[in-house]
Amino acid sequence: MHLALLQLQNVSHSFGAVEALRDVTLAIGEGEIVGLMGDNGAGKSTLVKILAGNFPPKAGELVWEGQQVHFSNPRDARAHGIEAVYQDLALADNLTAAANVFLGRELLRRIGPLKLLDHRAMEDRARGLFRQLKSETRAEMLVRQMSGGQRQAVAIARTLLARARLILMDEPTAAISVRQVAEVLQLIRHLKNQGIAVLFISHRMPDVFAVCDRIVVLRRGRKVADKPLAATTPEEVTALITGALEAA
Amino acid sequence: MSTTVAEARPRRSIARWLITQIEIRMLLLTLVVMAGLSAVSSYFLTANNLLNAMDQSVVVGMVALGQTLVILIGGIDLSVGSLAGVTGMVLGLSIPHLGLYGAMALALASGAFAGLINGTLITFGRVAPFVVTLGMMSIGRSMAYVISGANSIGDLPPALGRLSTDVIFGLPVNFATLLVLYAATWWFLSRAKGGRTLYAIGSNAEAARVAGLSIRLWSVLAYVFSGLMSAVAAIFLASRILSIDPIGGNGLELDAIAAVVIGGASLFGGRGSIIGTLFGVFIMVFIRNGLNLLNVSPYWQGTAIGSIIIAAVLVERLLSGRMRG
Repeated sequence: MHLALLQLQNVSHSFGAVEALRDVTLAIGEGEIVGLMGDNGAGKSTLVKILAGNFPPKAGELVWEGQQVHFSNPRDARAHGIEAVYQDLALADNLTAAANVFLGRELLRRIGPLKLLDHRAMEDRARGLFRQLKSETRAEMLVRQMSGGQRQAVAIARTLLARARLILMDEPTAAISVRQVAEVLQLIRHLKNQGIAVLFISHRMPDVFAVCDRIVVLRRGRKVADKPLAATTPEEVTALITGALEAA
Repeated sequence: MSTTVAEARPRRSIARWLITQIEIRMLLLTLVVMAGLSAVSSYFLTANNLLNAMDQSVVVGMVALGQTLVILIGGIDLSVGSLAGVTGMVLGLSIPHLGLYGAMALALASGAFAGLINGTLITFGRVAPFVVTLGMMSIGRSMAYVISGANSIGDLPPALGRLSTDVIFGLPVNFATLLVLYAATWWFLSRAKGGRTLYAIGSNAEAARVAGLSIRLWSVLAYVFSGLMSAVAAIFLASRILSIDPIGGNGLELDAIAAVVIGGASLFGGRGSIIGTLFGVFIMVFIRNGLNLLNVSPYWQGTAIGSIIIAAVLVERLLSGRMRG
């Protein structure tokens, strides 16, 4: 049994009259990969945004390592070790992989009164992070020359630098080629091996079944299933997503 | 572990390697232009003519330096020529009251202040850079006429002229100053966090903001620097011709933008290099100089320069595209 890293207890949220999340209770263990599935509008994005600190839930509690926490902005979530990797990735195309990994957290070297960028140290650290992720991404490569999979590696390396404990990944395999998907799934497995938990949001059934330990299905803001991978099948999950199967 | 030794050795970053490539390409292009011009005019490579070309590159070079930073963040500064005009007038009119150095300081401060207004309106007022600096271009030129009463100023102190005539380390002082300013700015862009921030803003402002970089501060400072460099250009323009005219610096913005673009910068921001701009300035100056040596009618020179700007950008696009492939 995993130690619960993060627990959501009876979390509800609404936008005006629209009930986006209703009474969702969920736990994510250390180093656990949880697949979060559901149709458009099922509440996946709302859930991720609450965890990333974009806004607090209207009701319910977040418990981080046994302590109740309140995130009023993304900085609070990051301070606890929760990092989000968004679909558009927010990378600067004309900078190198290393520069992007360290964007806003540049390593500086003091020379007299001046503080200068320590290019070599940043490249070395970035190289180490890519090695840790077993990614082929080169530290000195420009992001605009990279494949979708390599971009994911850069975005994930940013979270490693921040010593994330839980990484929220929103559709990381949505807009990339089959070979790159394999690369990203491999990245996710490496995160798990290092004890980092991943909440993996995806529409793509094969990807979810390839890496996840557990699958959670949301439908119209409610959790309708929460099962270990071994205890379910793609057919069952599809039925749960569409509503053909009420709950499992 | 032993297998990763080669990989672990620090390599030059591809970004810097590519930029170096652009710089090397620009150097080669400059040399080709020089070779071509010396083939058609025996006077081109004489010391006298090269000194003349150095002299001509100072004013446009100063303005192009500021323009490079603005273009790097994805902006544009159309006001630089007019600001050179009005700050030149500030210089000339205040010399009798403040002395040469006091007047220089006031001119520099007024250039920086105009840049601050540009940067503030663009960054905080969220008005397009093209619009704000177009407005400032009009205001600057108008103010140059207003404060001068449309008169030019002739009797300038000889010390001002010495900025163009004195020699330091074998180079004219004005050209040496240009090289020092380019070196300092290059160093800042490649080594300082502020320089990295400018590239990041031009590349993906949202990513830079989310990463916690001070994007507003540095956006404003890019325009302040551009305004400041317009005033520097005004000082050297006045020094070269020892006279200040309210129409001074007219059209300088287009030459500066052309030099930056020939130098490999992208008008969409995030890409460009200081050394590239310097060679862009040289190429513009050499070609204009060569056309004069060849007695090409000034009416035709605009067509020649314009074609070269477009051709240079096309060639650069093809070369960098192939290198990426």
